[in-house]
Amino acid sequence: MRKSKLLMIIGPLFLLGLFVMPMWNITLEAPQYPEPLGMDIWINKIADHNPNDLKNINLMNHYVGMKEIPEHIGEFDIFPVVVVVMMALGLLIAFIGNYRWYLGWFILVALLGSVGMYDFYIWEYDYGHNLDPKAAIKFLDEDGNPMAYQPPLIGSKTILNFTAHSYPMMGAYMLFIGMLLSLAAFIVGLKEENQNQATL
Amino acid sequence: MKNYKTIAMIVVATSILLIIANCNQNATTTGSGALTGSAAQKVFVPPGEHDEFYAFMSGGFSGQLAVHGLPSGRLFKVVPVFSVDAEKAYGFNEETKPMLETSYGFIPWDDSHHPDLSQTNGVIDGRWCFINANNTPRIARISLKTFETEEIIELPNSAGNHSSAFVTENTEYVVAGTRFSVPVPQRDMSIDEYKGNFKGAVSFIKIHPETGRMSLEFQILMPGFNYDLAHPGRGKSHGWMFFSTYNTEEAATLLEVNASQNDKDFIAAINWKKAEEFIKAGKYKNMPTLYAHNVYDESTHSATSTMIKEVKTLDPSELPGLVYFMPTPKSPHGCDVDPSGEYIVGSGKLAAALTVHSFSKMTAAIEAKDFDSQAYGIPILSFDATLAGTVKQPGLGPLHTEFDGKGNAYTTFFISSEVVKWKLGTWEVLDRKPTYYSVGHLMIPGGNSQKPFGKYVVALNKITKDRYIPTGPEVCQSAQLYDISGDKMELLLDFPTLGEPHYAAGCPASLIEPNQTKIYKLEDNNHPYVTKSEKDAKVVRNGKDVHVYMTMIRSHFAPDNIEGIKTGDRVYFHVTNLEQDYDVPHGISMIGANTSELLIMPGQTETFVWEPKRVGVWPFYCTDFCSALHQEMQGYVRVSPPNSNIALSWTLDGEAL
Ligand SMILES: [Cu+2]
Repeated sequence: MRKSKLLMIIGPLFLLGLFVMPMWNITLEAPQYPEPLGMDIWINKIADHNPNDLKNINLMNHYVGMKEIPEHIGEFDIFPVVVVVMMALGLLIAFIGNYRWYLGWFILVALLGSVGMYDFYIWEYDYGHNLDPKAAIKFLDEDGNPMAYQPPLIGSKTILNFTAHSYPMMGAYMLFIGMLLSLAAFIVGLKEENQNQATL
Repeated sequence: MKNYKTIAMIVVATSILLIIANCNQNATTTGSGALTGSAAQKVFVPPGEHDEFYAFMSGGFSGQLAVHGLPSGRLFKVVPVFSVDAEKAYGFNEETKPMLETSYGFIPWDDSHHPDLSQTNGVIDGRWCFINANNTPRIARISLKTFETEEIIELPNSAGNHSSAFVTENTEYVVAGTRFSVPVPQRDMSIDEYKGNFKGAVSFIKIHPETGRMSLEFQILMPGFNYDLAHPGRGKSHGWMFFSTYNTEEAATLLEVNASQNDKDFIAAINWKKAEEFIKAGKYKNMPTLYAHNVYDESTHSATSTMIKEVKTLDPSELPGLVYFMPTPKSPHGCDVDPSGEYIVGSGKLAAALTVHSFSKMTAAIEAKDFDSQAYGIPILSFDATLAGTVKQPGLGPLHTEFDGKGNAYTTFFISSEVVKWKLGTWEVLDRKPTYYSVGHLMIPGGNSQKPFGKYVVALNKITKDRYIPTGPEVCQSAQLYDISGDKMELLLDFPTLGEPHYAAGCPASLIEPNQTKIYKLEDNNHPYVTKSEKDAKVVRNGKDVHVYMTMIRSHFAPDNIEGIKTGDRVYFHVTNLEQDYDVPHGISMIGANTSELLIMPGQTETFVWEPKRVGVWPFYCTDFCSALHQEMQGYVRVSPPNSNIALSWTLDGEAL
């Protein structure tokens, strides 16, 4: 079997990782929380990092009028389907397509991933800005506007007494590896093609 | 001129030397005041860091158990055991009232003396702490997962439950002796007829190996002496229990004179493996009696009290091989067994020397029937036959001995107010350090087990006087911490203690810390009146009884407005803390309620009763500063006259729940 084909078979399989590992994590640190609070974002749910973390994040956040972290959103119905379809498509391409299609798959997954990130950003924005007008605690930012509590898309940020960390987790890394393997498959395929032409 | 200069220099040099010497002397001899720099370092636990050891100190006449850290001496918790505690609602809320039930009814107080920790293979295992109630005889078991009293068992036929609560090396039994002998069974008789008629019951409480549940397995009805202290055999002497006795004169009046006449009293050696055989063989008598057994169930967060009406008794005068007496000079108090199980130290509190018995010599003497005489059919071994050695002129008023596991023993002397270190086997005195003042017990973490953690000894003193800033006629009790890792003991620290600490028990924090319960899981809460979510909150009337199913979470109660209560009602507030986060308790108290607050841990349900006497609108509030909006955590109950027709209603934010 050609090396490029092998890589293209393995690559999409890495997407299976998204079903067994969370893809993103937001952790909130504060002096009163020597064990920080964390939420893990999976492709089909938002879950406690440690038992009761979501409940305790909601409890903290309700004072400033933030909504409860949803147990279910529409995206959770779509994401798993998209991942399964992309995996199947990747394998199909591996078996019947040529290496140029590998790049196509890579670009498609990257696009879908970006859409996912954008969707995540929209949710974070709403979560941090759309506050209950009856909130007990209303802070203003430096410009006199209502304070927003949006966690960073990626990275760390101080929000009142908390430091929020937002970073990918193993599920996302598996996705990246799968994508990189498909890119590698494309490059190896390109080389193989050149070698073939040279020997001809 | 030159000579003058030399002399002047010599004078200057000498005075400098003298000043230095003087300073040194100040630093080393004022042990009662200044600490050396290194001592301060040794007890300093930097902010945020943890102590190396737990010390469980009896609360004495407070009836409780104090939890300190070592080496800092800091007090972390007072675990309510035998006395009510309004702070924690222990004995005030409906759930824990049964814990203090006895055959005499509800008793709000006792006198707790001797904590001891559970062991596995002679080594402390960090699961439970047991402690005795001296006045109304009881034994309690405290969970070291929750630091709550989980069980209390009353001991019938016992009085002045002093030689308790000592744990055998696999926690097979907690053994409890009686200080006062009494008529068994109790009856109306002349006190003059004490001699030969009163009995001293020694109780063997079986411990369930998994749950720790206690059951009174049997009692041995000993002659009417005073059974003062005890320790189990260990290693080679496992299966035996040793009790110091005094008042073998069997006096019932002016004991300070009349119980101090015999040159020797006894250490009683009880073969409890043999007792088990006798029980198995049916050689016991079932005696009608009455005692309470109280169990706190972590899943219902509630205690139940059961009365038991029978106990198995063994009569040692009829059962050969069960008990032997070892003569021990002058009213022995402490009865301590070294880590190897070979030496049994009897501290004759009126004697000039410490008497040490040998277990192997004892068994040889029993084999050879080397008996002096007998008392009530119990053989008295000859004194020389069991004697391992004596520690000569060690101090005045020896009381208790602990061991460091390196072949040394440490004995307290009440009258000469000191701790004396001596060597097992050679009986030579190695070191002595004063205590401030009049030390009673002492404690080395693990110092009464096969494996002492011999780094520190704590002296638990009876008299405090001028050691701290004064607090009127009643001053705190005091403990002293000594470093015993070197050849000589070094005084490190004074720290105040709760009530009068008698004995204490200690172990490395690492045995207990990892198993701590941080919250009670709400889903595991099986309290009959639990409310697991706000939508389930309600108020139910049943005649004059009104049950409020209430929840609490940062920062409100649900419901927080209740109407339709009437004077003459009996209102039960069953309050569930819905929090599931470490260290977020809430409290609740109601104006005019004739009880304490509730202090409710996350996931727990507790109940208080309020009998409103006046018409009006009465507030309640959260008593534990739980959150930024703690001061907003409050509510109102409307109380109407008995004939009013205000409907029962319960709301939160104006809406029915
Ligand atoms: Cu509160």
